[in-house]
Amino acid sequence: MTPTGLAEASNLFIYVSMLALLIATIAFAGCFAAGRRRAPVQQPALQGGGGVAVLTRPEDSAPARIEPGRRAGNVGMSTTWLAFGLLLVGVVLRGIWAGRVPWGNMYEFSITSALGILGVFLFLSTRRDLRWLGLFVTIPALLTLGVAVTVLYTEAAQLVPALKSAWLIIHVSAAIICAGAFTFAAATAMLSIVRTRAERKGEVTGMAARLPDAGRLETLTYRVVAFSFPLWTFAVIAGAIWAENAWGRYWGWDPKETWAFITWVVYAAYLHARSTAGWRGNRSSWIAIAGWVAFLINYFGVNIFVNSLHSYAGV
Amino acid sequence: MSTTSRHQAAPGSGEAALPPLGTVGLLRWAWRQLTSMRTALILLFLLAIASIPGSVLPQWGNDPIAVRTWIENEPTTGPILDRLGFFDVYAAPWFAAVYLLLFVSLVGCVIPRARVHWAAMRAAPPAAPRHLDRLPEAISWTVPSTGSPSGPDQVTAATDYLRSHRWRVVTGQSPATGTAPAWRWVAAEKGYLRETGNLVFHLSLLVILVGVAVGGMLGWKGNVIVREGRGFANTLTQYDAWGGGRFVDPATLPPFAFTLDDFQVEFERVGSQTGAPRSFEADVSYRNSPDDAAQRTVIAVNHPLEVDGAKVFLVGHGYAPHFVVRDRTGAVVFDDEVPFLPQDGNFTSTGVIKAPDGSPQLGLQGLFLPTAAVDDVRGPHSIFPAPDDPAVFLSAWQGDLGLDGGVPQSVYTLQTDQMTQLGLEALRPGESWTLPEGAGEVTFTGYVRWASFQIAYDPGKEIALIGAILAIAGMMCSLFIQRRRIWVKVSTNPTELDSGQPTGAVIGATTVVQVAGMTRTSSMDELQSPALIEQMSELARVLGSPSKEER
Repeated sequence: MTPTGLAEASNLFIYVSMLALLIATIAFAGCFAAGRRRAPVQQPALQGGGGVAVLTRPEDSAPARIEPGRRAGNVGMSTTWLAFGLLLVGVVLRGIWAGRVPWGNMYEFSITSALGILGVFLFLSTRRDLRWLGLFVTIPALLTLGVAVTVLYTEAAQLVPALKSAWLIIHVSAAIICAGAFTFAAATAMLSIVRTRAERKGEVTGMAARLPDAGRLETLTYRVVAFSFPLWTFAVIAGAIWAENAWGRYWGWDPKETWAFITWVVYAAYLHARSTAGWRGNRSSWIAIAGWVAFLINYFGVNIFVNSLHSYAGV
Repeated sequence: MSTTSRHQAAPGSGEAALPPLGTVGLLRWAWRQLTSMRTALILLFLLAIASIPGSVLPQWGNDPIAVRTWIENEPTTGPILDRLGFFDVYAAPWFAAVYLLLFVSLVGCVIPRARVHWAAMRAAPPAAPRHLDRLPEAISWTVPSTGSPSGPDQVTAATDYLRSHRWRVVTGQSPATGTAPAWRWVAAEKGYLRETGNLVFHLSLLVILVGVAVGGMLGWKGNVIVREGRGFANTLTQYDAWGGGRFVDPATLPPFAFTLDDFQVEFERVGSQTGAPRSFEADVSYRNSPDDAAQRTVIAVNHPLEVDGAKVFLVGHGYAPHFVVRDRTGAVVFDDEVPFLPQDGNFTSTGVIKAPDGSPQLGLQGLFLPTAAVDDVRGPHSIFPAPDDPAVFLSAWQGDLGLDGGVPQSVYTLQTDQMTQLGLEALRPGESWTLPEGAGEVTFTGYVRWASFQIAYDPGKEIALIGAILAIAGMMCSLFIQRRRIWVKVSTNPTELDSGQPTGAVIGATTVVQVAGMTRTSSMDELQSPALIEQMSELARVLGSPSKEER
């Protein structure tokens, strides 16, 4: 295939993937809307919460409760898998076209991050039922892709010399997985706040009724952050080693480094808040969201608005 | 220690309800506040917020020109912010206060925890509680005795199994009380590495801090521009800018030297990223000391040269046009290549030439354009970074350069307040310009490239790296390992005969085996641990428990 053919194929796969994601989003929204109408039919919440283990698996009780919107949720899950596959092909083609890892500029980092967001979601969905979360994962992924293809799109080109290093693969791939995990954790944190509010009011109806109980949501947030925090630390340290090799200092308070540090500190605060009396629950959830916001500022804000050593390569 | 301080703090105070308010008491109270988790949290937030201004405002360390421009544009707030340290945030006292308080809080938290953990690591796992079935996870089954003990003793089997899976195990017996029969137990604990990892993580942050401090005190860093064909020797006077720690003697820098033989650069010529750099390479020959033989190597971005403990990094490049200046008598008063500083991505570069030997003195302000273009809006500028069509635009001045005043002057600016302008001219390589008023002649003979190098020595970076690796390792232990306990309780319920024998060998008696466990993890305590349940089930299977369906 000619290079232009590769480029067009990559773009085509990404567009079709966006279409699939759009369908998935609509399906997940339908899954949610269906739940709204007949919300408090069944609540598996709090069964055996702390008592002797009653290890009911979701499948065990599934036939008994034909959840409204379950079919829409299934459509959402399968189209998300499809979108992930298409996006994977698009990203790989982009990498082949450019002859290097597909994260040499902001467009490529964005499409690969969207892949990361979907990847983290789909990986976790193989271990538990996450249909309720689908809407809140496909929307950020779709937005990321939308911004990528409209605002950030650049032709593939060789790397600027500063990026020609093995650390590009190590440092940026860790950051991409973190992008997916932080987005996931922010979604569950937001939903746990919604759910907690409803639980406090005493009537769990509407959207909140579709969600797992707040405790489970918070635990899920914690687990994803606990997984991504060491990875983020690793990404920052790998970046420092690379910076030492490229610029002669491992830490120079460049805006990118500063915001990576801020992101790290906020997530460290989240982990501490989880074991501080009076800070669990909604307060820690807000901190997890703040960490994600710091990550976004680091990614979009620093690259676009601030003059940083990390601003390069056609945005 | 705590008793004495309390004793000192509260002499003669009759009101037992009030906290002791002596100095020591106050200090103790302050210390407890500082080392509390809540304070640590607030300090973490403060640290995050205090870091923000440094990413928004220009910083002296990264971009002094931008800081100066900022202060000039904001004459009221600029100097105030400067005095408050907002242009040097990460060296500001208030920033240091936040992180030092955080570190004090960390030490105050970690040391008592380390003491507790040290004791816990040497202590035996606690004995099994009487009512194992009240624990979050419990499996129990009954072995009906059929006359002879079946298989090995459950206590021994459990001990062997748990020990082989690296649990810390103790066993014991409890006598019969009242209606309850005597029972034997196994207590096991695992996952001490969680707390160890947590402590290692926090202490490794101190190691990183030490690494940073060592680098700050013993390290040095300098920048120098070297033209093609020219050399550099590592002495203070050769640097354009140099900064060293408090304990660095600039007279004892390692005596290496290098020559920039050639500098190659390539730019993208097609597509949307036209003009973006594709490769820079500096061919250099270097000597570890003046007596050594020269070695040739290539310095490129991401490929620094390591020499004598220091590292030489390629950080920038540009053009140095060559000028020959003659005064009104025709005598050569200047003949050199002058590094011009790039102002944009296409290397529109500016620089000055000072010829103090003429009388009157001559000065030139110049613009070097590797690919020259002129338009009405931008004036003369470069449209491509490679030297496809080089030209210089010069403005000539004569008068007093102001070099004799003793005030240091930048080599990149011309002080024109005591000079008069002679005229403007554009030159291509090889062209000469006869200055107006017979003031002399300027020839633009050609150009070479220059490369700028950052040369750095940081003896603390290895310490910081070790700290960082320890931090990740400790953090992972602390987040992924669970401290967990398993108890096995074996009790014999005599049904017909009570022979007083605590084994399962009693005819007609039944042996009840219970396996229970719990995790001791503060942040996940509402969570049942799937790993623990699995380990318990496995242990139960080894001890001969019927499968789930049979139970």
